[in-house]
Amino acid sequence: MARVVVNVPASARRGEVIEIRTLAGHAMETGFRRTQTGELIPRDIITQLVCTYNGVEVFRAELHPAMAANPLLTFTTIATESGTFELKWAGDNGYVAAQSASITVV
Amino acid sequence: MTSRRQFLALIPAALAAGEVSAQLDPNIQALRAAALEAAVRKITGGKPVRPGKVKLQVPPLVDNGNTVPLSVSVDSPMTSADHVKAIHVLTEKNPQPYVVSAYLGARAGRASIATRARIADTGKVIAIAQLSDGSFWSDTVSVVVTLSACLEEGLI
Repeated sequence: MARVVVNVPASARRGEVIEIRTLAGHAMETGFRRTQTGELIPRDIITQLVCTYNGVEVFRAELHPAMAANPLLTFTTIATESGTFELKWAGDNGYVAAQSASITVV
Repeated sequence: MTSRRQFLALIPAALAAGEVSAQLDPNIQALRAAALEAAVRKITGGKPVRPGKVKLQVPPLVDNGNTVPLSVSVDSPMTSADHVKAIHVLTEKNPQPYVVSAYLGARAGRASIATRARIADTGKVIAIAQLSDGSFWSDTVSVVVTLSACLEEGLI
């Protein structure tokens, strides 16, 4: 089961630059490794992360096999209004995971 | 099938190339360099990439190439007129040069990202930033990797 953690500060002042950290539990199989019998293990990675803030996209990332297992991404945004961050991960073999976090802007 | 005669003829070249690269495609370095160049060209569309503005932080000595923390920050005011549109991270020695491409905008407030990468071998890590005015800036860091990612597959 897809497991995703999102870390957003619970509250922030308006206009403050806040840091968002997110981690998805995923093996990120590169597609370059082989089994003991020499067969290639097929690629199975997360390819995309999209972060929306009250429905507006603020960050997007494309991931490649060179990302470490359990991909962690840290990025920033300006706290403009109270609301929710929606993070969506998508990947090979129909992998989809979503997690939201709310923030109060004072 | 390699005959004994052919095998013996290969030995001096293999010894000259060193122990590790003897097991690999002799053109692997040229292939990797070409792949990296192609990746950079795909990102920039042939525009020049200037060094500066970008700060890539990677530990200079990496114990375990499977998880290498790295962070990229770009010197930019991040206004709607002048901001960073994208940050790309590439490696020199991986089977594929790409690591991550991050797309931000003026709403990011600060042009900085952090993540963790796999690095296959001692070599360069490159960060390229695309600014809203269409210019490209980069930073290159050389890292030494003691335990490689994917070493057991002989892919370095």
